Amino acid sequence: MKRFAAFPLFLLVWMGLTWSLHWQDLLAGVLVSLVVCLLVGRFVALSVLPMLSPRRIFWTLVYLPFFFYHCVRANLDVAYRVLHPDTPIRPGFIRVETTLPSRAARVILASSITLTPGTLAVDLVDSSLYIHWINVRGKTHADYHRAVVAPFERILKEIFR
Amino acid sequence: MSSEAWAETLILIGVLFDLLGTIGLVRLPDVYNRLQAGTKCVTLGTCFILAGAAVWAGGALAMKAVICMAFVLLTSPVGAHALARSAYRSGVAAWEGTVVDDYRGHVERLMHAPTPMKDEATALAQTEIA
Repeated sequence: MKRFAAFPLFLLVWMGLTWSLHWQDLLAGVLVSLVVCLLVGRFVALSVLPMLSPRRIFWTLVYLPFFFYHCVRANLDVAYRVLHPDTPIRPGFIRVETTLPSRAARVILASSITLTPGTLAVDLVDSSLYIHWINVRGKTHADYHRAVVAPFERILKEIFR
Repeated sequence: MSSEAWAETLILIGVLFDLLGTIGLVRLPDVYNRLQAGTKCVTLGTCFILAGAAVWAGGALAMKAVICMAFVLLTSPVGAHALARSAYRSGVAAWEGTVVDDYRGHVERLMHAPTPMKDEATALAQTEIA
């Protein structure tokens, strides 16, 4: 039954996409959501109810503008490197350790890192994240962790506590 | 400003970011650096264009545009991640100016292990979420 945990979420997305409350659209949505649950439900660890706790909603609302700010900064950073005549890059593959316990939290961390300044998650092995960094600064894993992971980790830890 | 002017501004910003992303694709030296430009600029650019379309059309179409933004934000980093990982594992060399490579050790352990390690993705596909 675990695989049907995300059913309400799928149905909500369907209702958003069709934007209609006609019974035929709703029936089609229920059928489609059921099929999607059967096919991929076991990969979706999200059940909707625990996501609705006020603490999680609060920290998600904190996370979104924070993420957006870093996303825009990332773009201006790439723009600068791309348009500069010498393309000033100092790329490298680094490893950082994350202390986030849940798999879902780690995946969101990796995706956030990919969309933010100069970093691209390459692999996620247990608690190690391998990251391609376009402009490596610092020497030790602690330096890397402070610059790349720490700001997101702090908020994600609150969301997935 | 009228809502049409807002929509046009948003779409213009989006197109500019997309343009920067494509310039990056041409100018940067290797697959991994190009993916950086490709994912970041194109994701944000596409989101801005969709936001512009949402402001322009309003109503049901705005809702669809917002859902599309969520999908782009969720799928584009995962796609970049999968491309970078499989490029590295199939031996696409990084640019010679690359300063550190902590990933090589892991990939070599994986390739030269006496019994091939089970790939995490395969392992994940076989487990039910507990």
